[in-house]
Amino acid sequence: MSQQPILQAKGLVKRFGRVVALDHADFDLYPGEVLGVIGDNGAGKSTLIKALSGAVQPDEGEVLLDGQPVVFPSPISARDAGIETVYQTLALSPALSIADNMFLGREIRKPGIRGAIFKQLDKREMERFAREKLTELGLMTIQNISQAVETLSGGQRQGVAVARAAAFGSKVIIMDEPTAALGVKESRRVLELINDVRARGIPIVLISHNMPHVFEVADRIHVHRLGRRLCVIKPSECTMSDAVAYMTGAKEPPQDAAAA
Amino acid sequence: MADNFEAELDSSDTSVAEFEGHRSLLDKFQHFLHANPAMVPVIILAVSIVGFGLVAGERFFSPFTLGLIMQQVAIVGILACAQTLVILTAGIDLSVGAVMVLSYVVMGNLGVTYGMPAGFAIIIGILVGMACGMLNGVLVTRLKLPPFIVTLGSWRIFLASVFLYTGSQSIRSQDIDAEAPALKFFGGKVTFIDDLIGFNANITYGVVLMLVIFLVFWYLLTNTAWGRAVYAVGDDKDAAELAGIRSDRILVSVYVVAGFICGIAAWAAIGRVGSVSPSSFQEANLESIAAVVIGGTSLFGGRGAILGSLFGALIVGVFAAGLRLAGADPQWVLFASGCLIILAVSIDQWIRRVSV
Repeated sequence: MSQQPILQAKGLVKRFGRVVALDHADFDLYPGEVLGVIGDNGAGKSTLIKALSGAVQPDEGEVLLDGQPVVFPSPISARDAGIETVYQTLALSPALSIADNMFLGREIRKPGIRGAIFKQLDKREMERFAREKLTELGLMTIQNISQAVETLSGGQRQGVAVARAAAFGSKVIIMDEPTAALGVKESRRVLELINDVRARGIPIVLISHNMPHVFEVADRIHVHRLGRRLCVIKPSECTMSDAVAYMTGAKEPPQDAAAA
Repeated sequence: MADNFEAELDSSDTSVAEFEGHRSLLDKFQHFLHANPAMVPVIILAVSIVGFGLVAGERFFSPFTLGLIMQQVAIVGILACAQTLVILTAGIDLSVGAVMVLSYVVMGNLGVTYGMPAGFAIIIGILVGMACGMLNGVLVTRLKLPPFIVTLGSWRIFLASVFLYTGSQSIRSQDIDAEAPALKFFGGKVTFIDDLIGFNANITYGVVLMLVIFLVFWYLLTNTAWGRAVYAVGDDKDAAELAGIRSDRILVSVYVVAGFICGIAAWAAIGRVGSVSPSSFQEANLESIAAVVIGGTSLFGGRGAILGSLFGALIVGVFAAGLRLAGADPQWVLFASGCLIILAVSIDQWIRRVSV
């Protein structure tokens, strides 16, 4: 590919005590693509993703956004740069409403003096926006936007977290195991959601253990092994068994796929 | 390859799981309370007012008695407001009473003993309260110590400081009147209300102050981003952080604001008691926690309404006045407040179990 990657990592190293979670890992995400990230448990996928989303600070190496080196000291700074993450834990506050959760940490204030001096929140506007986004993503089976997140089913909660990322992610959306806790029907919705978001031109990083899901939506698949990128494969040129074999070390990747 | 098992979805039932039908009256009540947890203390308050009204009759419903209940509740009520903020963040502040006492002995000493202008004395006293809150907040966030331990320690430190600083000496009421009468402002009666309604309502400025503080913090908690953040941090700190809230900053701000409220309570307490006594309000820490818990705020954080704490404080006040009028031993008040705490927490657990 001759295009410049939108999000790139070079030689990331992260140690936790004596454990090396990332061992000179590289990563490339190109505009408009869905990149699957697969790897065995403990391969360092989560650490890689956390380094890209600001939740973990790498010891060495650099992260580039649009070709420019960036440093994310916290998830907030990554978010400000346009990178939204759907964490495996969803990072939702159970007792707060759907609208409150979507706007957590970036609330809209009322215009004029009520917002400027009394810091009053514009609840109506936030609810309107939340309803609009959930409808856009076909998730409006939820009747009441002001109901607490803890009253939602697992699939609906996932939907809220994805809607939050899709609503605010301007550059990149990272999804960590978005289908892990979901039923067949809800998984299907999330996969459709991924396609919707891609259709709007926003690239997605999809971390998953579910091979059929990854092979279905990903344009390219990044195989992570022993703290580094082993190879990048195309779902059209590979079988799932090959991918599993690379990822577990049962088989060596072909030379041309072994990146960097 | 995977066979296309998902094709079956096209013909599947598209309705979302629904649970309809037979609900007993009790279930409906449980659901209602689950949706409106702040109603529990309101109901208990209403029942206890009616109950004591029946027992004690007119003496209970006299404006004098009702005003007196408000006066007696005012200080603990203001402290309960500070306590609610801390408990909402899943913490607890055992030091609120001691911070208040430290604040008012500073106010009294500066204003009366050193003859400083009352305004200065009050401001410095409030700043001392905020500094105490800051100390608690920094220990909780920087050293990652549990709030219970931090404030158990700081409670004793602040209390010891009070006695070391004052040499256990009280400041007499007449000295305050002579040197800095403004310190007693909140003990004054609000006479224009009496003129307005045509009888003596027995309301002090301290009572008005309590109501104003509750309204202000009700607004801040329900209508500002800071309020949302307080709930989110108490609900799930890790989630709040990932969602972009700087939880340590929020926590420190909550402890400092709690210290500020204690400083305000200190000023009101001088008016209520009339003198500055280092050995007063020894029970205020636990009384404020009782008011918050009876008011329905969860000790696990993230759930509760601040007005509930006002009702919680009033419930205890109504029991105290009612039992006194009924001629009961004062220990029964303590007994009743113990029962109320246990009752409040069990109701909280019961409505939490609602099936949604």
